[in-house]
Amino acid sequence: MKPTAFDYHAPSTAAEAVSLLAEHGGAAKPLAGGQSLVPMLALRLTSFDHLVDLGGVDELRGVDRRDGSLRIGAMTTQAAVEQSPEIAAAAPLLTRATPLIGHFQTRNRGTIGGSIAHADPAAEYPAVVLVLDAELEVISPAGVRSVPVAEFFTGLWSTAVAEDELLTAVTIPLWTGRTGFAIEEFARRHGDFAIAGAAVALEIDDDDRVRRCRLGLLGLGSAPERATEAESALAGAFVADVDAEEVGRLAVTPLESVPSDLHGSADYRRRVGAEVVARAWRRASEEARGVRT
Amino acid sequence: MSERDIEMTVNGTAHRSTVEPRLTLADFLRERCGLTGTHLGCEHGVCGACTVLLDGDAVRSCLVFAVQAAGRQVTTVEGLSAPDGGLSPVQEAFRDHHGLQCGFCTPGFVVSVTAFLREHPDPTDAQIREGLSGNLCRCTGYQGIIAAVRAAAATD
Repeated sequence: MKPTAFDYHAPSTAAEAVSLLAEHGGAAKPLAGGQSLVPMLALRLTSFDHLVDLGGVDELRGVDRRDGSLRIGAMTTQAAVEQSPEIAAAAPLLTRATPLIGHFQTRNRGTIGGSIAHADPAAEYPAVVLVLDAELEVISPAGVRSVPVAEFFTGLWSTAVAEDELLTAVTIPLWTGRTGFAIEEFARRHGDFAIAGAAVALEIDDDDRVRRCRLGLLGLGSAPERATEAESALAGAFVADVDAEEVGRLAVTPLESVPSDLHGSADYRRRVGAEVVARAWRRASEEARGVRT
Repeated sequence: MSERDIEMTVNGTAHRSTVEPRLTLADFLRERCGLTGTHLGCEHGVCGACTVLLDGDAVRSCLVFAVQAAGRQVTTVEGLSAPDGGLSPVQEAFRDHHGLQCGFCTPGFVVSVTAFLREHPDPTDAQIREGLSGNLCRCTGYQGIIAAVRAAAATD
């Protein structure tokens, strides 16, 4: 047995789960799919006196299309996201990103909420929900609140979710009209964390001008982030006039905390980052131009 | 820290035990059930040697606590062979195509490939490579394993 000893709680409702979190404070941690938390426990990088297993909380699973948005329960597995026709139709970027996460064996356990709440800067889902303008639903004993994704990621493995709160769902607004979506990343082996990656969500008008564009970066900082300077430069631009390489350069130039480690220097990651942004931009813009309204 | 009484079905047989919550499913299978076919390599979810089927889905048993598998169905590599002990089609194909050398990673590969072929009965080479990417082998160089998966797909 490698993790330190803990007490195990298996609530069957989200309300029960947050009351356990409130009762035990920082000594308790929610356990979702366990594909990041359990390795950290096994390596004793972290330890908790109480684990609150959300596996039995049925209300946290499922996909629900509502007026103008798609609501996905936090405990919906990555495998379920990958196979969901509703998600493929309403949020194709999420479907395309999912096969890049780990391996099919880890996607059978790993969840969308767990991945977003863990907030690894190199993970795919945080960057995807960032570019899709998602809202994160969080509950505590005090009630429910909705956090815009722009305010959700606060630093390395850190989010706006407090100790007594629980991420319960992700709501993604439907992007309509002439839209295009792409995610590109480079990893040394399939399923590894990417050296660098980029997600693009784009909407263009009938004259092929950029109406709304979001560029998300992964693996290029201490938190998932948007390349806002490159986004501003693209606002209103004719898609045909955009130089994809220049978009890539603009996206990585302002970055200040690019990681540097055994897998790649900061300089190398910047170069890979610029290239994956350019590739994702090309694919998203080609897709958007192909849509006729 | 309080122990728990749990019961789960492993390869069709009920197993009951009192466990600490931190006991992983992998350790439960090896130490409590005596099923040492499930191998532990890295013990933090990277190598895939401990892959088992949990309610039919391939999972890493080092990343599931035994308490989380209470009441559920687990299939280990021992449960894949025929009742008379004969090899499964995937195991036959690994033997025939040099899909193993030292054998340490083999149970994880066999369980993963069994689950993979159920979802992809006629896989492309790219799908096979992606499907195998969650299991590490340090001996074979993978080519024999890829050939074994192709062969197993053809025999099913």
